[in-house]
Amino acid sequence: MAEPIAEPRFSHKKLERNITLLGLGALAAVVVGGIVEIAPLFWIDNTIEKVEGMRPYTPLELSGRNIYMREGCYTCHSQMIRPFRDEVERYGHYSLAAESMYDHPFQWGSKRTGPDLARVGKRYSDEWHRAHLADPRSVVPESIMPPYAFLAERELEAGDMSDDLTALSRVGVPYSKAAIAAANADLKAQADPNADGAEELQARYPKAQVRDFDGDPSRITEMDALIAYLQMLGTLVDVEKAAPQDQGDAPVPAKVAAAAPAKGGNP
Amino acid sequence: MDGLVMKAGGWLGLALLALAMAVMAVDTPYAVHMTIMMIAALLALWFTMSRADYGAIARGILRAPAHQGEYDDDPIRWGVIATLFWGTAGLAAGLFIALQLAYPALNFNLEFTTFGRLRPLHTSAVIFAFGGNALIATSFYVVQRTCRARLAFPSMARFVFWGYQLFIVLAATGYLMGVTEAKEYAEPEWYVDLWLTIVWLAYLAVFVGTIVKRREPHIYVANWFYLSFIITIAMLHVVNNLSLPATIFGSKSYAAFAGVQDALTQWWYGHNAVGFFLTAGFLAMMYYFVPKQAERPVYSYRLSIIHFWSLIFLYIWAGPHHLHYTALPDWAQTLGMVFSIMLWMPSWGGMINGLMTLNGAWDKIRTDPIIRMMVMALAFYGMSTFEGPMMSIKSVNSLSHYTDWTIGHVHSGALGWNGMITFACMYYLVPRLWGRQRLYSLRMVNWHFWLASAGIVFYAASMWVAGIMQGLMWREYGADGYLVYSFVETVAAMHPMYLMRAFGGLLYLSGFIIMIVNVWATLAGKVRDEKPMTETPHNAAADRPLVAVPAE
Repeated sequence: MAEPIAEPRFSHKKLERNITLLGLGALAAVVVGGIVEIAPLFWIDNTIEKVEGMRPYTPLELSGRNIYMREGCYTCHSQMIRPFRDEVERYGHYSLAAESMYDHPFQWGSKRTGPDLARVGKRYSDEWHRAHLADPRSVVPESIMPPYAFLAERELEAGDMSDDLTALSRVGVPYSKAAIAAANADLKAQADPNADGAEELQARYPKAQVRDFDGDPSRITEMDALIAYLQMLGTLVDVEKAAPQDQGDAPVPAKVAAAAPAKGGNP
Repeated sequence: MDGLVMKAGGWLGLALLALAMAVMAVDTPYAVHMTIMMIAALLALWFTMSRADYGAIARGILRAPAHQGEYDDDPIRWGVIATLFWGTAGLAAGLFIALQLAYPALNFNLEFTTFGRLRPLHTSAVIFAFGGNALIATSFYVVQRTCRARLAFPSMARFVFWGYQLFIVLAATGYLMGVTEAKEYAEPEWYVDLWLTIVWLAYLAVFVGTIVKRREPHIYVANWFYLSFIITIAMLHVVNNLSLPATIFGSKSYAAFAGVQDALTQWWYGHNAVGFFLTAGFLAMMYYFVPKQAERPVYSYRLSIIHFWSLIFLYIWAGPHHLHYTALPDWAQTLGMVFSIMLWMPSWGGMINGLMTLNGAWDKIRTDPIIRMMVMALAFYGMSTFEGPMMSIKSVNSLSHYTDWTIGHVHSGALGWNGMITFACMYYLVPRLWGRQRLYSLRMVNWHFWLASAGIVFYAASMWVAGIMQGLMWREYGADGYLVYSFVETVAAMHPMYLMRAFGGLLYLSGFIIMIVNVWATLAGKVRDEKPMTETPHNAAADRPLVAVPAE
C-alpha cells in the first residue's frame, strides 16, 4: 500500500501509531468549526438587534411554554417565520432574533406538519383555542393534530415557579428579585380575574393578558397556561417600528399580514 | 477485596442517592425515574456481590483471568440482541406515528400516545438505542480484532453496556411522561444527560484502553472513525445539554443558551449527531465489515486518510444549514452552506472507498446477500450525501425546509445507509459470535434485503412528492395576487403520500421481523434446509455440444 518515499518530514504513520496524537488530532479537527461559527454569536452585537417590547415570560406563560415543550408541539409547529412574501402574508412579519432572546431553549422548530405559531397570539379567540386543543377536528375538519382534551381537566401543577424564574435568571433572563418573589402570586393573578395583583403583574410584564383562559374561572388548569402562552406569541414587539434599517429589498412588513390567513381557493 | 467493597459500596450509595431523590421529588416523572435508577443500582449491586469469585479473593492469589486466549465477546453478544430489540421498538414506533399522521384517531385521546410524545421516542429509539447499541457492540468487536487484544477494563465494558441500556430506558419512559428538554435528538433531561456522560466517558476509557493494549503497531482505519465518533459525541453532548435544573429534586431544567445561540448550538449538535453518530461511527463499521465480508483489502489507504480528516473537519461546520433564512445571522448561514457543499466530497470519498473495496469481488453481489446489503447501504450513503448538500443550498432549502422532503432525506440515510449496513454487520456477527456454522437462512437475508429496499423506495419517493408538493402549495399565488391554498388544504393533500410512506415503513419493518426470526433460529442452532445462494447451479447433463441426430 504505502509507497517507498524517503522519510518524509511528516508521515501519517506517526498518527496511526500513537493513540494520543490521533485522539488530539481528531479533537482539534472537530473543535475549530464550533469555535469559529458559534462562539462569535455570543459577542457580535448585531446578532440580536435591539427591539422594543421584549420582556421575559410571565410565570403563567412560562408554565404554558413548559407544557408546549412537554407535549412535543415543536415536532410539528415552527416558531420562525422566514422573510418570504408567502410566509409573511400567511403568518405575519418575519421573526426577529430578539423575539426569542429569552427562550431557554429556543423553539424555532424544523417541521411544519402544522402551521407556524410564531405570531399566533391574539389571532384566534380563547374559545377557539379551547375547542381546537380539545378536539382539533371539531373546528378544522382536515386537521391531523392530536387531541389535548386532558389539559382542560388537569390542575396546573407548576410547582414553585420562583425556582423556575431563579434558574432562568441565572442563565441570563432579567427577572427582578421582586418578580421572582412574586412568581406564584403572579401566576394566579394572571389566570384568575378575581384575584388581586393584576396591576402589579402588568407593571412587571407589560402587555400581559389577564383573564380566565380556559372558560372555568374556578380553577387554573394546564389549558389556562397553554392558551395564555399561545395568546402572547408574537404580540410583544411592534414589528412596524422594528423595520429593517438598511436592506432596501427586504420584504415589506405587510399590513395584510396580521389580517388574513390565506384565502381559500380551489385546489 | 477492596475493589469489590468499593464497587458494591458505590452501587449501594447510588441506590440510596436515587431513593433519597425519589422521596424528595417535586414531580412524578422524576420520582419514577429515580425509582428506576434505584432498581438498576440494586440489580448492579446484586450482580457485583453474587458474581464475585470469593474463593480467589480469599486466597489472595493473582490468578490470570480465564480465557485470555479468547476475545471478550459477552458484551458484544448482548449488544447484538439489544440492537435487534430496540430496533423493533424504534421501527414499530415509527410505523405507528406515520399512521397517526394519516389517521389522527390513532392518538387515542391519551396523553401518552400523542404524536408529540411518540416522535422523540421513535427518533431516539432508532438513533440512540438501535444505532447506539450497534455502534457500541461493533466497536468492541472491531477494536479487539484489529488490536489483537482483549477489551481493556472488562467490568467497565459491562458497565458501559448496562449503563447505556439504563439511559435508553430513562429517556424512553421520560418521553412518554413528557420529560423533555425539547431540543431535537437531545431531548433527555439534565439528570439523564449526566448519566449518559458518565457512561460515555467509560466507553471512551474502554475503547482507548484497548487500543493502548494493542499488539499491532498500527491503529486500523475503522478505529480512527470510532475514536472520532466517541470524542466528538462527548463534546457535542456536553455543550448542547448545558442547562440549569429548576430544582435538583425535579426533572425540569432550562437550557443555558437562548434563542439564536441556542438554535445554532442545537443544530451544531443535531447535524453532527448525524455526522458522527450516524456517519463516522457507521463508516467505521463499513471499514471493518465490508473488507471482511468481501475478503478484499480496503481499496485505498490514501483515500481513507484524506477522507477521514476532511470529513471530520468539515462536518462540524454544516449545522447552520438547518437554519437558513431564520434569524441566524447571514454570515453563519452562508458559512454553513459552503461547508455543507464541500462535505459532499469527503462523503463520497468514503462511499468510493467502500464500493471499490469490492474490486475483483463484484460477482459476490449476485451470490452473497450480505454483500448486497452492504453495497445498497453504500449506494444510499452516496445518494443521501449528495441530496444533503443539494438541500443545504439556500434557494433549494427555501423550498424544502419545514416540509417532508427533509423527513424523506433523513430516512434515505437512516433506512438505506444506517439500517442496511447494521443489518449486514449483524448478519456477519451472529454466526461468529455464537459459534454457528452459518446463518439459519441466507434466503431470508435476501427477502429482508428486497423488503427493505422496496420499503425505502416507497418511503423516499412519497416524501419527495409530499415535500415538494407542500413547499410549492405554500408559496403558490393565484392571478388575483392572493395565496391560493390555506394551510390545512396542504395538510389534506398529503394524505395519500402519508399512506404510501406508512406502507413503505411496513415493508421495512416486515423485513426486520424476518431478520429477527432468522437470528433467533440461528441462535437456537437451526440451519434451514434450502437451496444454497452462493453456488451457481451446474447442470452437467446440459453441458455438452448439440449433436445432429440422423433422421429416421
